[in-house]
Amino acid sequence: MTTNSMEKDLPNGPVAAVLIAGGFGSMILGLMTVLVSASAAIKSALTWSAAVGPLSGKTGIGSIAFFGSWIVLHFIWRGKNVNFNRAATVAFVLLALSLVFTFPPFYDLFVPAK
Amino acid sequence: MSITTLEGWTILHGMGFGAVFLLAFAGGLAGLYSLRTEWVTIAGLKESMTRLKVGLWAMAVVAWGTVITGSFIVYPFYRSADKTSPKSILLSSPTTADWHNFGMEWKEHVGWLAPIAATVVAFAVAYYGPALAKKVGEKRALMIFYIVAFGTACIAGLFGAFITKAAPLH
Repeated sequence: MTTNSMEKDLPNGPVAAVLIAGGFGSMILGLMTVLVSASAAIKSALTWSAAVGPLSGKTGIGSIAFFGSWIVLHFIWRGKNVNFNRAATVAFVLLALSLVFTFPPFYDLFVPAK
Repeated sequence: MSITTLEGWTILHGMGFGAVFLLAFAGGLAGLYSLRTEWVTIAGLKESMTRLKVGLWAMAVVAWGTVITGSFIVYPFYRSADKTSPKSILLSSPTTADWHNFGMEWKEHVGWLAPIAATVVAFAVAYYGPALAKKVGEKRALMIFYIVAFGTACIAGLFGAFITKAAPLH
């Protein structure tokens, strides 16, 4: 005997959406970290708070990227089934990039030589 | 045994929010791992699912609380240009500089991946509910995100503890 909540086959679109959004938002945060290392102009542009420094802009843009992409993908894929394996792969690749981009020895490579 | 307001925020950030997240991880991992139709009854699944949903959303909220208090309340005092700020103290000696140049630089960025990953897991588990027990691929993907959330929180927590030891905020 099974319950309705286990029997009903929920479409995987919304879960694929949040997975990819999570990977994307994380990757964007990491990318901003790399770009701030590489460019004084970007560092200045991402200093949304003088007290916090460029971390305020990096995390702000990363959070906007996560929640924004989640909202968009959710509305595109809600009620639909998507290729989950492909979505998960994309999400993992983006997540892996974010881990690399946020590692100091990596983003320090992009600091301009003096 | 008095503590300053700033010390209080630092304690809330690390030993409040951060520690709660790390401690809750094991329970969430056990809950996700045991979500299998062959291991539990329907009644057991329903019972554990409520606890899992509440626990995972609580973890996500706590993780956001950790990074927001850390980055926007504690961090400004850490990085102050004042000679007595922890950052200035750490950078004043080659034997301690890497606590900032590597430790804090890594912690302040990688820590933000924890609430993002935790939110992904909380939403997906809440969306599927007990049906997640039959979705092997989806559960595996969520376990990976969940472990990444824990791993990044561990890195941030570990360096936070060491940096506070090396140059505490008062």
